[in-house]
Amino acid sequence: MASATQPSAFYNEMYAADGSVRPHYAAFANWLANTPPEKIAQNREAADLLFHRVGITFAVYGESSGTERLIPFDIVPHVIPASSWDRLSAGLKQRVTALNRFLHDVYHGQEIIKAGKLSKALIEGNSQFRPEMVGVDVPGGIYAHIAGIDIVRDADGEYYVLEDNLRTPSGVSYMLENRKMMMRLFPELFAEQSIRPVDHYPDLLLETLRQAAPRDVDDPTIVLLTPGHYNSAYFEHAFLAQQMGIELVEGADLFVQDNTLFMRTTQGPQRVDVVYRRIDDDFLDPRAFRPDSMLGVPGLMSAYRAGRVTLANAVGTGVADDKSMYPYVPDMIRFYLGEEPIIHNVKTYLLGNPDDLAYTLAHLEELVVKEAQGSGGYGMLVGPHSTKDERERYKQRVLDAPERFIAQPTLALSTCPTFVGKKGANTLGARHIDLRPYVLSSPTGVQFAPGGLTRVAMREGSLVVNSSQGGGVKDTWIVD
Amino acid sequence: MLSRTASNLYWMSRYVERAENSARILDVAYRMSLLTKDPSLQDQEWFAPLNITGTLFPFSGRHDVVNARQVLHFMALDPDNPASIYNCALQARENARAVRGSITSEMWEVINATWLEMKNMDEDRLHARGISNFFDWVKERSHLFRGVTFGTIRRDEAFHFHRLGTYVERADNTARILDVKYHVLLPSVADVGGAVDYYQWSAVLRSVSAFEAYRKVYRDVITPLRIAELLILREDLPRSLHFCLRDVYQILNLVRNSQSGEATRQAGEIYSQLQFGRISDIFAQGLHEYLTNFLHATGRLGEEINKSFFAPTLR
Repeated sequence: MASATQPSAFYNEMYAADGSVRPHYAAFANWLANTPPEKIAQNREAADLLFHRVGITFAVYGESSGTERLIPFDIVPHVIPASSWDRLSAGLKQRVTALNRFLHDVYHGQEIIKAGKLSKALIEGNSQFRPEMVGVDVPGGIYAHIAGIDIVRDADGEYYVLEDNLRTPSGVSYMLENRKMMMRLFPELFAEQSIRPVDHYPDLLLETLRQAAPRDVDDPTIVLLTPGHYNSAYFEHAFLAQQMGIELVEGADLFVQDNTLFMRTTQGPQRVDVVYRRIDDDFLDPRAFRPDSMLGVPGLMSAYRAGRVTLANAVGTGVADDKSMYPYVPDMIRFYLGEEPIIHNVKTYLLGNPDDLAYTLAHLEELVVKEAQGSGGYGMLVGPHSTKDERERYKQRVLDAPERFIAQPTLALSTCPTFVGKKGANTLGARHIDLRPYVLSSPTGVQFAPGGLTRVAMREGSLVVNSSQGGGVKDTWIVD
Repeated sequence: MLSRTASNLYWMSRYVERAENSARILDVAYRMSLLTKDPSLQDQEWFAPLNITGTLFPFSGRHDVVNARQVLHFMALDPDNPASIYNCALQARENARAVRGSITSEMWEVINATWLEMKNMDEDRLHARGISNFFDWVKERSHLFRGVTFGTIRRDEAFHFHRLGTYVERADNTARILDVKYHVLLPSVADVGGAVDYYQWSAVLRSVSAFEAYRKVYRDVITPLRIAELLILREDLPRSLHFCLRDVYQILNLVRNSQSGEATRQAGEIYSQLQFGRISDIFAQGLHEYLTNFLHATGRLGEEINKSFFAPTLR
């Protein structure tokens, strides 16, 4: 088993290549070194117990069937020095600002197409492009009020953006619960160093939503629209609504009359100005999108287009976070902001481009090749794990329509020491992680809770951090 | 408060109350059947629970004969009978689950634990426990739920809608119990007297926990007129129609909105008839007719409550 300190091909967040502890991990390493193993085991036990208690509300499916799904929580934090975070956050702000500008442009003048940076077909042929949004003005030109940007660190120690999530990114409740847990378990570590707080995130979110209100509304009524308690993220919906003091509503609680959105309350219908919606575009309004949707509100789209209510995030943001659009985000930053990207994309080869195609075909065993419009890893070639035969067959597919494919180097995600194996043993192993900061945009600017949600692949060597695949979570510390 | 939340709270409490009343009704039928020696007459007793809950029709659709075993299973355990105690426990729990944020964790735990035990109940377990013990258990869970609610929840709208559900359901149930037994309460029958009548009457009283109250209030022999007076007009008996409708009326005043005027008016109208009515007039009108009217009136009131609080529209 790869031990946590052993040098490897991956960037280790805690230990430098010579085995020494990186300065920003000094306080935690000190705690590890000077704490009796029983106490460490005790803290891990306490974390499990406490999470189990909170976790009853985490695992929605669990309540009825008794199969609780708790996300494993690891007590070793992901520590990032403030200087790195400040640069990272400048890059996030830049990226999300450009993405919002892009979305506005896509649904208005399409200047970026006129400038020849992107083809019309690429945008309007995208399944996430919503013709209903063309010409619609949203307050402040903000489309992605809440963005989750997945960040990874490669073997060279540099941060890269792996993916933009501009539709209904989830997981922020884990970020908040993880911090609460760590402050209970390690009060002394929070006392002796300055770790930037995250618990004001619900306030920032509320402020963002208030600013998103239609212009003529002074004291907006905001609701959180959930698909309901059978949804796996229901706990998060209920949690955020409660933290912000807004109503948690389902489609049936709302109705549209005279292009105005109302919620049914015991005091009669109450007008709603902003909907923080956690349901996908397709289900929002059976009249505009999927007619079989029971989750949405008939007529909502019409009220929205008339500017009588704001949806956060806007309809049609998916066109900007699609895999086929990802390679162009650096160009968007240059085009709209006149700046060079601060955080880079993972190198992406567009196989419609003859040079990229030639390189890719020559290096198939090192690269990940996927369809630009595909999703969920379907129809993907993972070079290092493929056979010669598979590569040969995939090559034929690519050659048939190269413009439909992209290729990326196989990423060497950084690792973070993580408790693995039996409880009593306190064995630390190096496990791969990523980071999802939550970026809030409003007409007055971009805000964050410092850090974000760190996800960790609990299986040795695995690069899959998704909770559905056994991924766990860690607290993220931005240390000054 | 969201209309859906209020509706869930209201129905949560109605289902808890309904489960308790079903247990009461079945318990009485069970005791009565034990008093009857003739087996064919024993089975007669088991029509009452079906009549009271209005489920004779669906029952006969699936069972050839009305007897203790069939009715008990149908009314207590049958998942396919929407009115069974099993389904009441399930519905109470589903409604509670949808509003967990608006009730206290103690309330949730009582409802959830009740359901978990009910879910595992089958005929063998029910008979092993003892039929009366099972009914006692259902009643106790309902008492516990009310007590925990009373002791833990804030006196806000959630509390009001919980109580509204309880009293609307209870008024309905008491009226139904009386209506099904009205023939044994008719004055002509009262003239006859006799042991069977005595047991019938006391069973009605016991089914609504009013036997001791009767003795305290009247200090006299049991007569049908007084039973009806106690269960309809008595203002301090918690399962009487008067008591229930007074609370319904008062709660509607507490939660009133711009659309609930008609609901409050209807509740006030029924309440004032109970407040100022005389039992002799009720008997002159005909007890059955009176109770039928009452059930219609409270049914309309339930619809009006639904319209003004749970499904409001712009007017």
